[in-house]
Amino acid sequence: MMKQGIYTVVANELIADRTMRMDLRGEDAPAERAGQFVDIALECRFLRRPLAATCWNGGDFSVIYKIVGEGTEQMARMEAGATLDILTHLGNGFDQTLCKKKALVVCGGLGASPVFTLVKDLVAIGKRVTVVMGFNTEREIFLEDDFRALGAEVYVATMDGSKGFKGLVTGLLETLERDFDVFYTCGPKVMMKAVCDMLEGPGQVSLEERMGCGCGICYGCTCHTTKGARRICADGPVFNREEVIW
Amino acid sequence: MVTEVKLCGVALKNPVVPASGTFGFGLEMAGVYDLNLLGGISLKGSTREARFGNECPRIAETPDGMINSVGLQNPGVDALVNDKIPALRKIYSGAVIANISGFSIEEYVACCEKAAPHCDIVELNVSCPNVHGGGMAFGTDASSAARVTRAAKQACGSTPLFVKLSPNVTDIVSIAKAVEDAGADGLTLINTILGMRIDIRRRTPVVAARYGGFSGRAVFPVALRMVNQVAKACSLPLMGCGGVSSARDVIEMMMAGATAVQVGAENLRNPLVCKQIVEELPALMQSLGIKDLNEIIGIV
Repeated sequence: MMKQGIYTVVANELIADRTMRMDLRGEDAPAERAGQFVDIALECRFLRRPLAATCWNGGDFSVIYKIVGEGTEQMARMEAGATLDILTHLGNGFDQTLCKKKALVVCGGLGASPVFTLVKDLVAIGKRVTVVMGFNTEREIFLEDDFRALGAEVYVATMDGSKGFKGLVTGLLETLERDFDVFYTCGPKVMMKAVCDMLEGPGQVSLEERMGCGCGICYGCTCHTTKGARRICADGPVFNREEVIW
Repeated sequence: MVTEVKLCGVALKNPVVPASGTFGFGLEMAGVYDLNLLGGISLKGSTREARFGNECPRIAETPDGMINSVGLQNPGVDALVNDKIPALRKIYSGAVIANISGFSIEEYVACCEKAAPHCDIVELNVSCPNVHGGGMAFGTDASSAARVTRAAKQACGSTPLFVKLSPNVTDIVSIAKAVEDAGADGLTLINTILGMRIDIRRRTPVVAARYGGFSGRAVFPVALRMVNQVAKACSLPLMGCGGVSSARDVIEMMMAGATAVQVGAENLRNPLVCKQIVEELPALMQSLGIKDLNEIIGIV
């Protein structure tokens, strides 16, 4: 259930091209499950910024964001000590029980952030995890070493070939043994659709949309699913692969 | 200190009402705070059939506000009366306001007939800017607004009928008077203002429907002005709506002529805002020397 809290910025650093990690500290954990998100109020911005909660330990957690507009530019200028009004425990996270022995995690760009805690949790309960990461170019890569440090097998694809496999994550997937029993994916919609088209078996996708409230009251982020109209913020953002109508 | 107000005989323990479309069916917020502290709840707009609404993106930000083009997504009036309202009544004893929309007079009538026996007030939405051929088309022309009001009033029986007016008109007073003459029991104003944002990198409108309804703090002075103009010209009770974000705004709306005050887009930024306003009202009343909120309705 949604909670509201005041969190203090502990650090706010550039970790890749136009990509920042903001470390926050408050009283409560930001989520119960990997894949849930928080909604950050910014001064002089009417709507909050929904971002995946990642790497939490009690009330300490991080959000990773790309500087793409005025709101994220404002966030990037914030310094340690600043405080933020944040709604937490939003949405439904990934279902780890779908993983029996081995999971495949496919992420593109900023999609690496919501799956980070998922990989951490899966490894912690003894599952084997392969992470396939896609970026446009080497400068944009982040969390690669962190995934490896967790104990995951990590493969990287870049569109320009500046690091790892040259091309799309689906091209990289062609070259890998696909012996996993579940897949999880988060990233650009076109990438997640291609991943779902290519892979069989159980899987989950984490969708994204411009949001109004972030907590299910405005119906601003509805998507089509096999179960009818669903709100990405409250019914998702994680959906089973067979539910999503692309 | 008296905060209770009455709308056509329906008692509200205070004038604070979350506006339709910004509070779901109430149930979504039940775990966040006790809904019983609210004066009333205006539920998500309902149509005869279930609707998906417009494609996403449906949301754009503006300075001090936002644009939505949800397009009346709802599960249909049968789900409203069979599932949503009964579930809400189990946990909430305040006024339930059913917001009804349609694409023809017959549809409005059918929805009102179904919803009226289950709610305390019907709010007729003739002002949704996000659908074609319905909603706002009825509310921007005085004779159409009167026709749909007359038909809906009959369909509502003894349940009070409020008509929610559009600000996207040259003269809101003439529409308000036409609706009053047609038998409305009260008016809600204003719905959202038709607006637009453009994504300058993609060179496309931000919302997929191109235009959407502009709301939020930025529209408060426009809403206040329209409430005041209508209050001067009509004798119906008004629910003031548009950009309300604080207890101070509630007082202003009431001084302008509103009996109850709806809080809309601010719920999206701050889901706790209605609770906070209700809690802040008594102290603000005291500091302003107001003993009974009814004293200030329309005093300006």
